[in-house]
Amino acid sequence: MGLLEHKVCLVTGAGRGIGAETVRKFAEEGAAVYGTARTEGTLDARFAELAGQYHTPVVPLYFDVTDEAAAKRAVMQIRKEQGRLDVLVNNAGIMQDNVIGMIGYDLMRAVFDVNVFAVISMTQLAVKLMGRQGSGSVINLSSIVGLDGAAGQAVYSASKGAVAALTKAASKELSPKGIRVNAVAPGLIDTDLLRVIGEKRIEENLSHVRMGRLGRPEDVAGVITFLASDMSGYVTGKIIGVDGDFQV
Amino acid sequence: MTNQEKYNKAFMTALEITEGQLSGLKYQEIEAWDSVGHMGLVAALEDAFDIMMDTDDIIDLSSYEKGMEILSREEYGIVF
Repeated sequence: MGLLEHKVCLVTGAGRGIGAETVRKFAEEGAAVYGTARTEGTLDARFAELAGQYHTPVVPLYFDVTDEAAAKRAVMQIRKEQGRLDVLVNNAGIMQDNVIGMIGYDLMRAVFDVNVFAVISMTQLAVKLMGRQGSGSVINLSSIVGLDGAAGQAVYSASKGAVAALTKAASKELSPKGIRVNAVAPGLIDTDLLRVIGEKRIEENLSHVRMGRLGRPEDVAGVITFLASDMSGYVTGKIIGVDGDFQV
Repeated sequence: MTNQEKYNKAFMTALEITEGQLSGLKYQEIEAWDSVGHMGLVAALEDAFDIMMDTDDIIDLSSYEKGMEILSREEYGIVF
């Protein structure tokens, strides 16, 4: 029996990287999985393949997480189809930044809209269902730079620091309802998002990872799966680093 | 059960009040309708009418009468 049998899970930003691997892992563990992407049709083939491989529903939902009305419709769809929601993974995020002195409000708003405000909004929607069940697990994607900061990443670091603080605050508010809220804080994970910073900086940073390698999406998805499962049933308000001992 | 009866029942059940207390009732006017009671009331209304209320409408739900006004809007389409 899989770790997530009979659980209904929603993963935002499921098109690639950590989100895509989390959907695969959840399906492998027996969950009914809903995954989101912005562009219509992009998840269809992969999700159909996963559904066939693991004999569980793997359902694509297409909307922008910053569109509250669309997010509400998606959660309503899950409620109608499954009657419950056990796990929300707030994975969708963007990495855009600039050096201090060149950070415009448009950049700040764009990053915080996706990385912070949408996380709050999605959490509020999910908690509507979880609160009635008296159980649920919300898993947020923070980052090692949200805890330690990184030069040239003031906005992204601030947004991921906000996610860490949100995680702790929400866990305190929601634990009486049986809802757990945790976060993972990935380090250097080999995804398209990381490639944004350029190969040279990746190599420089890699020298500060004591395990000597980039993380893989499955390294993060494994911890997310633990937090989604009942194996972590007494864990809430925690930010778990997945960074190979990265010293920023 | 009519929509009015469903609406009243949601209030009475969530806030543990009688039908006689409904008319004119305002948010935070009684102990049971505090912020925690408010979320319970919203859940009761959502269950009763199989809807999901917008955050702005949840914030705006300031009285028994205001709730009917909100739910009567096209988005929810509930006729009282």
